[in-house]
Amino acid sequence: MPVSLKNSQIIYDALKACNISLISALPETWLVHLIRLADEDPEMTVVRLAKEEEGVGISAGAHLAGVKSAMLMQNHGFLASINGIVSLAHLYKIPLLMLISYRGEFGERDPWQTEGGGVTEPLLRALRIPYVRLDDPIHVARRIKKAQTLTESSLKPVALLLCRDLMWEE
Amino acid sequence: MLRIDALKAIYPSLEKHIVVTIMGAVAAELQSLGHRPNFFYLQHAMGLASSMGLGIALSRPELKVIVLDGDGSILMNLGSLTTMARYHPKNLIHIVFDNESLLSVGGFPTATSTGSDIAQIASASGISRTATVHTLEEFTSAFSQALSANELATIVAKVEAKGPSAFVTDLPLLENRFQFQRYLRDLRKHRGKIS
Repeated sequence: MPVSLKNSQIIYDALKACNISLISALPETWLVHLIRLADEDPEMTVVRLAKEEEGVGISAGAHLAGVKSAMLMQNHGFLASINGIVSLAHLYKIPLLMLISYRGEFGERDPWQTEGGGVTEPLLRALRIPYVRLDDPIHVARRIKKAQTLTESSLKPVALLLCRDLMWEE
Repeated sequence: MLRIDALKAIYPSLEKHIVVTIMGAVAAELQSLGHRPNFFYLQHAMGLASSMGLGIALSRPELKVIVLDGDGSILMNLGSLTTMARYHPKNLIHIVFDNESLLSVGGFPTATSTGSDIAQIASASGISRTATVHTLEEFTSAFSQALSANELATIVAKVEAKGPSAFVTDLPLLENRFQFQRYLRDLRKHRGKIS
């Protein structure tokens, strides 16, 4: 499977460096290594979800309880989480570190991913969620750290878009 | 059974634990009995109270977390029952007040009014301790048994579709949120000093 193990490890190490100790996830192809790394880490609590919106509630609970968390999901999972983001995270000023695999961009072969790809960034902008692309391993650690800093200082969700050039080895 | 009577009956226990409620009648009625800093009212995001409770329970296993849910809310997030069952935190009690309607938005009947059974859905999801109760006595008994059993439980309390006259309370959402967070933080500090 050409999902980049090396870059998944770089992303995982960056999350650990941010003291993330709870990860909620709904598996998809690009996230397989990241979820396995979390599963194998005895310091990490992993919550596998039935639907991504649950992760907003779990992260909100973890935050109020004093635990730093991250959400791993596909961009279609972000679409499925929007009411939770608006009427929990935004309404109650809850930080969320969302790592979103960005399917449906240039290079996408799966026809079913293409609609979600086209609306992901416009929706993030409409929701006024700050986001940045992760498309090169060189800037991964720094951008994840900065995203964590902003979500905690603003008490609002932020998004990191896991792009094809980072996640997929052609 | 009236929900307010059920809340009154368990209020002395709620005072000692971490409580997360849904919006509407449950939040307003609990506040009418006396707000406490360990009560959080999720005044929107229907369906996510159980997920929040799970997040707190997994993050703070030393605390007991009680979620006060409703039929309309849990029906919006049935997957949450499977996620709770999957991680089965011992410190989580999930109470569903089932009035078979969306009372706070006009009383429209939910699927429990036509036979959908939340306790059976919870049980089939893998939650080992479930009950449906119809009287105050059954409710308090199921609740105290769940507290002492120290395992994940879903208790469905069948209640009348009657609520308070108003749903908006004096407590601003963000005041509640920061007070609740501070309470959980101070509890950890305090316990840290003891140990």
